[in-house]
Amino acid sequence: MVEFALPKNSKITGGKVWPKPVGATETREFKVYRWNPDDGKNPGIDTYHIDINDCGPMVLDGLIWIKNHIDPTLTFRRSCREGVCGSCAMNIDGQNTLACTKSMHDVKDGAVKVNPLPHQPVVKDLVPDLTNFYAQYASIEPWLKTTTPTPQKEWRQSHEDREKLDGLYECILCACCSTSCPSYWWNSDRFLGPAALLQATRWVKDSRDEATGDRLDNLEDPFRLYRCHTIMNCAKACPKGLNPSEAIAELKLKLVERQI
Amino acid sequence: MSINESHGSPKPPSMRTPLGRVRSLGSSHSGTTDFWRQRITAVAMTLLIVPVIVVVLMLLGRNQAGAAQILGSLPIAIILLLFIVASAWHMKIGMQVVIEDYIHNEKLKLASVMANNFFSVAVALASIYAILKLSSGV
Repeated sequence: MVEFALPKNSKITGGKVWPKPVGATETREFKVYRWNPDDGKNPGIDTYHIDINDCGPMVLDGLIWIKNHIDPTLTFRRSCREGVCGSCAMNIDGQNTLACTKSMHDVKDGAVKVNPLPHQPVVKDLVPDLTNFYAQYASIEPWLKTTTPTPQKEWRQSHEDREKLDGLYECILCACCSTSCPSYWWNSDRFLGPAALLQATRWVKDSRDEATGDRLDNLEDPFRLYRCHTIMNCAKACPKGLNPSEAIAELKLKLVERQI
Repeated sequence: MSINESHGSPKPPSMRTPLGRVRSLGSSHSGTTDFWRQRITAVAMTLLIVPVIVVVLMLLGRNQAGAAQILGSLPIAIILLLFIVASAWHMKIGMQVVIEDYIHNEKLKLASVMANNFFSVAVALASIYAILKLSSGV
């Protein structure tokens, strides 16, 4: 059966409460998941208080403030700090999103709770191991595939056909959607997940691509594609406002279309 | 959304590359037929459910002779038979999806899928036999 409970060594036990910053007039509480692969202990939730008058408004600003002023061992990924790179995807206040575009003031009740993306192996603290996620992306062969000799200039595409890629090409592969999907939690070894399937749709719908049928062949599988039950956590989680659920429905429609 | 992360040094089940593990045995090139049948049977049941409810209401409080008289009508018998076929088929596909979602032990999964097929066919045939018996007045 699928595992509904955390493994013994993953159960959250305790955590450290760090002292409030001296001289701060207004503080905000952060409760952050901590796990160190080197100390042999179970994960814990550490409590920090940040000086909001000395800190930017986003959750990522808060985490960077903690790292700079309280605890330099706090580990998380971040890069662009403007919702483009997808590095700082994490679970904030129960919702997968990007720490750089989520305002800490949007978290209404109590502490800002920060956890790593759900149901992935944790490398350290807020850093998940996304090896399988990236391999799934590679498996859909996300590049233009053609048999016709490459033209001297670019492959041409009408404005109408280009518009069909809107809502698909914007995906930044942050993994918020896939790791919010229960089907992905239970079957991530075989189900490709919303992100890889949205990317697959992007190539299936590209008018310049000549491997549409092969791509659909590769996806037509009870596990790779049909584990999607339109739960739509993916669309709710996507920090870019995309709808992987709809993209997956388009794949299913195309598969039906080619057999009836 | 539940926080359900595991942790620890990722231990791959084998020394295969991540891409090799994802590709695994390849695509089975199936699933679309079941997906489409599930939709067809869902639409069929939506259309049939009102007449079926009417028939059930008509049958309420009647004895066997009264029921046999109602089910002797060809359109009524056909409506019930169609509903049985659609719902049994829908039930079979739906249950298989649940089994595939949650049962990860391969042997148990095969046995469950097989049992699900037997159960669905048995339920459908028993129901069809009952309708035919009553409607033919035997």
